[in-house]
Amino acid sequence: MQYHTPSSFSEAVNISNSADGLVKYLAGGTDVLVQLKIGTKSPDHLIDIKKIPGVKEIALREDGGWTIGAAVSGVQLTNHSKLSREWPGLVEGMELVGSAQIQSRATLVGNLCNGSPAADSVPGMITAGATVSVVSSSGTAEIRVEDIPVGPGLTNLGTGEIITAVNLPKRNKHEGDAYLRFIPRTEMDIAVVGCAVNLSLENGVIRSAKVVLGAVGPKVEVATPAAECLLGEKLDEDILSIFSDKCSELAKPISDKRGSEEFRKEVIGVIAKRAAKKAYDRALGNK
Amino acid sequence: MNKIHVKTNINGDQVEFLADPRETLLDCLRDHVGLTGSKEGCGTGDCGACSCIFDGDLVSSCLVLGVEAEGKSIETIEGMAGREELHPLQKKFIEMAALQCGFCTPGILVAAKALLEKNNNPTETEVRYWLAGNLCRCTGYDKIIKAVMETAKEIRETA
Repeated sequence: MQYHTPSSFSEAVNISNSADGLVKYLAGGTDVLVQLKIGTKSPDHLIDIKKIPGVKEIALREDGGWTIGAAVSGVQLTNHSKLSREWPGLVEGMELVGSAQIQSRATLVGNLCNGSPAADSVPGMITAGATVSVVSSSGTAEIRVEDIPVGPGLTNLGTGEIITAVNLPKRNKHEGDAYLRFIPRTEMDIAVVGCAVNLSLENGVIRSAKVVLGAVGPKVEVATPAAECLLGEKLDEDILSIFSDKCSELAKPISDKRGSEEFRKEVIGVIAKRAAKKAYDRALGNK
Repeated sequence: MNKIHVKTNINGDQVEFLADPRETLLDCLRDHVGLTGSKEGCGTGDCGACSCIFDGDLVSSCLVLGVEAEGKSIETIEGMAGREELHPLQKKFIEMAALQCGFCTPGILVAAKALLEKNNNPTETEVRYWLAGNLCRCTGYDKIIKAVMETAKEIRETA
């Protein structure tokens, strides 16, 4: 295995395009090093992107949105008080990934590129309307986060395509997001089900909604029909119950060691309802 | 396989070693530098026995490559005690018998020190969540949590 430390993304793309064999990128390494250790993926070339300027930065753009570099760690997100205030659902999703040790290294982009349907930070990125900047030999493109995962462990990214950053839109007043997951214990586990909700309100009425379900399909799923039940509503118990049923109906989980299909379909409804309530309260300005 | 020459700072000392790029920082600490205080429990970031401070951040050194250490500053369990005296956490762990076999202890001490440096008044819940990435199969955790809480109290009183 050859280890590369390019000083720009264009250099990283060139290395990738001219390399023979399997190429992997290294940021936090919390998935890549495990794959290396257990031998599931044994790269011939490992491209460490952490020497590239800007990859560890969280920047407020002129349009009021945020750009989060590809190597920004979970701890950096948690410690960023303004970002955490604006996007608590996104940040709390990332915080659920692993231990304090993992949080020092793990990144949003790594969680996305690992392609797990149970990735805790991905639903919150999608409900936030986040995009990723993807650089390749043909230039830079901005792609919606929801268009990156295609199946378990699989993404839409081809050889020589590298995500450089996550872009969040400007946060407006009366908006709120939340992410909740179910695990059999309180910490250090992989989601059995997960759900992120992002709402924007006008006089307490839901004007736009985005809902994403995690760990109940081959990839994280955007639950548009569930989000549509919330539009024009104030989120009373009746609506929540319809919403909950809709999420259960949309979930297409498998049975595995973490939970049966039936269990997951039921619990996703409960978790989705709670996440919607939490997002709604945040949008109202209640903590 | 070409080895890479790595220059780094470990516990305040300039250190150099030759690393195969596939070797983890934990492998390098143990096999090239001779610092065997950091342990390998799982090797996949689950158990925390290899916890180190890497450029100020608490990490599992089994999930860091040795070659990433170039130009960085690393603190391991070997750097925890002073020249003459143990660190207050180390003393308290002995006093309160917060260990049995001791395999997880270096990692837990490094992790607990990192916590107390950022928060010297943690709640029991905060200590338990912070140490969730450090597995101990002997103690049942109770004595460990109590020793960390007690050390925090002592640090606050002497501050």
